Amino acid sequence: MKLEINGEVHELDAEPDMPLLWALRDVLGMTGTKYGCGIAQCGACSVLVDGAVTRSCVLPVGSLEGSKVTTIEAMEADPVGGKVVEAWVRHQVPQCGYCQSGQVMAAVSLLKNTAKPTQEDVRAAMINLCRCGTYNAIHAALSDLAENAGKENA
Amino acid sequence: MMASQHSDAPHSMADETLFAPGTQPVNLSRRRFLLGSAGVASGALVLGFGIPLGASRVQAVDASGGIALDVPAFLEIRPDNTVRFLSPFMEGGQGTFTAMAQLVGEEMDMDPATFVVEAAPAGKVFQIMPGGRRMTGGSSSVRSSYTTMRRLGALARAMLVEAGARKLGVPAASLTTEPGKIVHAASGRSLSYGEVAGGALDLPVPDGAGIALKDPAVFRWIGKPVARLDMRMKSTGKAVYSIDCKVDGMLQAAVQHAPRLGLQPGAIRNEAAIKAMTGVHSVHTLEGAVAVVAPYWWHARQAADALEVDWVEPADPASLRYMPADFGTEAFTKTLASQTGRGEEAEKAGDIDSAFASAAKSFTATYKSQYLHHAQLEPPSTLARFNTDGTLDLWLPNQVPEMFQAIIAGKVGLTPDQVRINSPLLGGFFGRHFHYNDGNPYPHAIALAKATGKPVKVIWSREEEMLRDPLRPMAVVQFRGALDAQGWPLALDVVSATEGPSEGIANKRGKELDDSALEGITGKAYAIPNRRIAQNFVKNAPTLAYWRSVGNSMNDFFYECFLDEMADQGGKDPYALRLKLLEGNERLTTLLKAAVDLSGGWKRGPYTASDGTRRARGLAMASPFGTEAAAVAEVSIKDGEVVVHEVWEALDPGSIVNPAIIAAQANSAIALGLSQVLVEAAEYEDGMPVARNFDAYSILPPDRMAKVSVKIIESGAKMGGIGEPPLPAIPPAVVNAVSTLTGKRVRAMPLSTQSFEA
Ligand code: FES
Ligand code: FES
Repeated sequence: MKLEINGEVHELDAEPDMPLLWALRDVLGMTGTKYGCGIAQCGACSVLVDGAVTRSCVLPVGSLEGSKVTTIEAMEADPVGGKVVEAWVRHQVPQCGYCQSGQVMAAVSLLKNTAKPTQEDVRAAMINLCRCGTYNAIHAALSDLAENAGKENA
Repeated sequence: MMASQHSDAPHSMADETLFAPGTQPVNLSRRRFLLGSAGVASGALVLGFGIPLGASRVQAVDASGGIALDVPAFLEIRPDNTVRFLSPFMEGGQGTFTAMAQLVGEEMDMDPATFVVEAAPAGKVFQIMPGGRRMTGGSSSVRSSYTTMRRLGALARAMLVEAGARKLGVPAASLTTEPGKIVHAASGRSLSYGEVAGGALDLPVPDGAGIALKDPAVFRWIGKPVARLDMRMKSTGKAVYSIDCKVDGMLQAAVQHAPRLGLQPGAIRNEAAIKAMTGVHSVHTLEGAVAVVAPYWWHARQAADALEVDWVEPADPASLRYMPADFGTEAFTKTLASQTGRGEEAEKAGDIDSAFASAAKSFTATYKSQYLHHAQLEPPSTLARFNTDGTLDLWLPNQVPEMFQAIIAGKVGLTPDQVRINSPLLGGFFGRHFHYNDGNPYPHAIALAKATGKPVKVIWSREEEMLRDPLRPMAVVQFRGALDAQGWPLALDVVSATEGPSEGIANKRGKELDDSALEGITGKAYAIPNRRIAQNFVKNAPTLAYWRSVGNSMNDFFYECFLDEMADQGGKDPYALRLKLLEGNERLTTLLKAAVDLSGGWKRGPYTASDGTRRARGLAMASPFGTEAAAVAEVSIKDGEVVVHEVWEALDPGSIVNPAIIAAQANSAIALGLSQVLVEAAEYEDGMPVARNFDAYSILPPDRMAKVSVKIIESGAKMGGIGEPPLPAIPPAVVNAVSTLTGKRVRAMPLSTQSFEA
């Protein structure tokens, strides 16, 4: 099947019920997207499907023909993703880092839909688990991004 | 010519290390392979150092049994003026790699930002902790290596200066350094470290004894909030964990563990059907598990889950850590609670019998804690590859590389140096990656690599992980307190029914009591004149583990909550009581006041907050891992559930290396403390864990995190740890607040199993 990932169409040799997470990690060798639970509970595997944040561990690749998948690997080059990454570095968000691909994807999805999210928006959107407890740093980074939305070099 | 202070003969061990065949270059090439990095650049300075210890320490070590005294480490200075440093300690989020770069860079006069840090492979040269050991745990990385790492940096600087002197044709004594460069002030010339790195390679390593360390007053990086080195790679998906490792020709495997530890696989009823499943390469019967191997892990996992295995009871369960079919946590809690013995004494002061006899008032209370999972977000994995030269490469999460190396070498019949332990970044650890007999996936990876003749990466699914993750012990603790006529504490009698993690891991009792069973009930600083603290050993069926802050993770909860009970029983305020019991202890008095000041002054409550909620605050202290901690927590109740609004914590680690990392670690440890007290419990029914994934095993979600304020106090006392110490005071601070708010004493964790009314 064909799968569009980060703007590139891949010919994917995988059966339709393989979850996107494992197609990315094993078939395509893109290991930035992480496996944490496999049952849509933790968010470590978050990617964007047609712009919406989605847990790839429970998403069969067969359902994605014609969809655009965006992963953490594309974030530095993405206008919103780049800002999120910079904010993550500025606020020294990650600890072990294992959940952070998913956290960044959730933040990018939020900001793409709502450039200036309120605290409530942030709370509603940032629901991925972090065992290292980086929650306050994530909120600080997003507050910063929300405050500086629209400004140059935000 | 050598600078005068460096004129001693080169250290022989250093030369040996520097030129030992096949050591560092081999390691580097493995890492290059793994990480796809550039590896050793040509012309780079590759240094292995022998760092002689000071005389007093040398004697001390000699006196303790003649352990090797040389402490080599590993640096590569590249022509582009960056540094590759192999850290003796693992990075799992706690910021160690950055702290190590600060220590080395400070004395080397090299900006830590120019460091690329990786975990050092297993090897004696990296066992730099006192006693010739190495582990990443016990919040000990920075404090155990603070001087050693600085000496390493100082030696590197001396060699670079000497190389610069030769290149410029001037005496070394006429040179100074600025970050990353050697400066000859008289002529205005300078050279970057990278420019002289190649020349420095040919020089003997100077004798460390002649090299002075910097005056802390002029520190440029130590003590500063230096940015962490791993932030960008971890924000862009580029960080490589064990689970991401890949080698040519690799197969992957998933396992189905025996439902209970001790059972062995018998017949596989549907083996033919499993072998016919998509992608399946082969099916293998292992010790306590059946594995399916496939090129893609998803296929292996689907097939492993579908296996129908006859599990066979062991012939002699007593010889194993065996999980009986009737084990349940509810019944086991009752077993612990029904222990009536006086236990074995771990701490004793005064005379409790006469104190209780003469007391104005005495009372009892029973506390309980729960089993906990580590629940690090990266499920465990191991990649094993047998090489054509007979050596074995392993990529696996671990906190003790040499220990894994020695045990694995013994198991597979190789010498330790034939077993290479590669240690990628840890996706969290919290104690998970020590060596646990039945709790690490490497035996599976090795067996499967052998059986298939190919490199194999085993990943334990989250469900299989929660079946074998060794647990933080639980305990039921009986307290008896006595007050004098003025209502002040006179005596404390504590018996904890528990199995310590160390005796659990060893699966036998040591000659001495297991310190980690009672730490946090023992070792408290309060002046209660008559004390008896004892352990009633009760063996647990589940395997046990170290969990962030170990015994302190639950024991300070018990103690500090009962201390509040003693305050209430005597009509004292808990803050005033603690101050009284710490009279004359300047360090802890200062610390406690700092935590209270940070919270805006002591305000126990209950009171009505500006948003109309009824709130209360609780207080607790802890002395874990060489650091002192005091915390205040503010809570309210919403829909029967406890809400923790804010936590204020003061920490005194004596002295510090990076305040920003400490604040981040405090946030992290506080989150884990909140998780434990609010939502977490690993429960068993019928010999099986009730929860096998995050749907049923709760960890702190984002909306239950509290606002956190941290105050760091540098009292100048001996340097303490950071990763664990902020945790233990959190559960009792929260529970003391809840007890105040509800007017009812809460004596068990987690709070989610109880319902509350404000
Ligand atoms: S791995 Fe997909 S949500 Fe946890
Ligand atoms: S940073 Fe470790 S799980 Fe989030």
